[in-house]
Amino acid sequence: MDDLLLRELTPAVIGVLVRRGVDFATAEDAVQEALIQAALTWPDRQPADPKGWLVTVAWRKFLDAHRSEAARRAREQRVETEPPPGPTESADDTLHLFFLCAHPSLTPASAVALTLRAVGGLTTRQIAQAYLVPEATMAQRISRAKRTVSGVRFTETGDLATVRRVLYLVFNEGYTGDVDLAAEAIRLTRQLASLTDSEATEDEETAGLLALMLLHHARRAARTRRDGRLVPLAEQDRTRWDTGLVAEGVDILQTALARDRLGEFQAQAAIAALHADALRAQETDWVQIVGWYDELLRLTGSPVVQLNRAVAIGEADGAQAGLAALATVDPGLPRWSAASAYLHEKAGDLETAARLYADAARSAPNLAERDHLTRQAARLNHPPRG
Amino acid sequence: MKYLLLKHYRGAPEAVNDVPMDQWTPDEIEDHLQYMADFATRLEGTGEYVDGQALSPEGTFVRYDGEGRPPVTDGPFAETKDLIAGWMVIDVDSYDRAVALAGELSAAPGAGGKPIHEWLELRPFLTAPPTVTE
Repeated sequence: MDDLLLRELTPAVIGVLVRRGVDFATAEDAVQEALIQAALTWPDRQPADPKGWLVTVAWRKFLDAHRSEAARRAREQRVETEPPPGPTESADDTLHLFFLCAHPSLTPASAVALTLRAVGGLTTRQIAQAYLVPEATMAQRISRAKRTVSGVRFTETGDLATVRRVLYLVFNEGYTGDVDLAAEAIRLTRQLASLTDSEATEDEETAGLLALMLLHHARRAARTRRDGRLVPLAEQDRTRWDTGLVAEGVDILQTALARDRLGEFQAQAAIAALHADALRAQETDWVQIVGWYDELLRLTGSPVVQLNRAVAIGEADGAQAGLAALATVDPGLPRWSAASAYLHEKAGDLETAARLYADAARSAPNLAERDHLTRQAARLNHPPRG
Repeated sequence: MKYLLLKHYRGAPEAVNDVPMDQWTPDEIEDHLQYMADFATRLEGTGEYVDGQALSPEGTFVRYDGEGRPPVTDGPFAETKDLIAGWMVIDVDSYDRAVALAGELSAAPGAGGKPIHEWLELRPFLTAPPTVTE
């Protein structure tokens, strides 16, 4: 059975039910039930018209649910088995679903869960497994999210920036499980970009986000060793980077940049593209990268960007210049010690670097980074005997 | 982000209402257990509950004792400083939310039906590494 096809059809089928007058939360439930039924029966015989099948089954699920509810209330049944007249679908349905699932009234975790289910077509169980929480908890998180947006009109135009933020979270903070969240984020961002680009909205930032994801996804095979160890960018085997993804990312980015409306995702993608251009780490064009960090800082004012910019200055203009730039950044920032350790080592002050690497390991936000930083400290504390 | 709420038999600063559980009345115990169960159910309802477990106070230390030898066991040590009673794992949107929930859990009723005000240890989980690093 084609699982991806099922998931691609999900938002359109929800859209059909909503246009027939079903509220979003009920429609989403009905479609989810139809998806589960498809997963059970399609492996034996996939219907000739998969979308028509899903619409029919989801509509029947809705009627069943509605009937039992109506019976409970001992009310006269008013719903006919035939769908009401009216438009049955619109190309905008999927875009409206994106807006609804990333509505600003939702917390980031809720928006992520709802987007993965209603737009991505993943089951509650798959989402729960991906984020390492019990299925019952994820089910509640999703139904609360649906209640939160129950008052929002389905056709309301939302803010693309919040949709992008949600997709970025799925890509960047996705855990690894059976569901490949990075690939899913790329699929959804591609879908979003195709929707917003077809209108006259000129959505360069979604293109920038897609390029950013593709350029980072290209490095995936080189980023971790088989045992889960992180490999820093400078040490990655660049022959293992996916040149197809790099080419696509660069192409999308160049088209976006040509429109001359820079945003933070385009700037981040530009930095990733400059890394991708270098066949060897020593060939990296750090001067240009610093330039892009300057742009990024102007756009975001983010202290995290300041920190990364200081490291890039260290590469472009030498360790002392990097340390001078780092001195203006708040030392309380996550990864400040790691950046400082790196620049001190580069400056030849190995003792300070070792101490800072150990500090950085203690405050590392994840296990892979902690292990990496601990190894860095150990390497400096125990130089190989020659 | 996930946090561990760690409850100690020993090793945490002293609670305000620090009467040992075995001196509570049966009703006080029922009320306490009900409060804990309701708390977990409510967190499941908000989509924030991950796990909760209690541990027996009896424990044994175990260590490797060399090739071909069985592991050495020792204890339980009455004098061990720190003794974990159990935990709850929550998945919340912010540190502030984690603190607020730990505060509520610490208000579980104890002797006299009054909140125990016990100290719970709040520890963030280490996460998966992010994809975008530069």
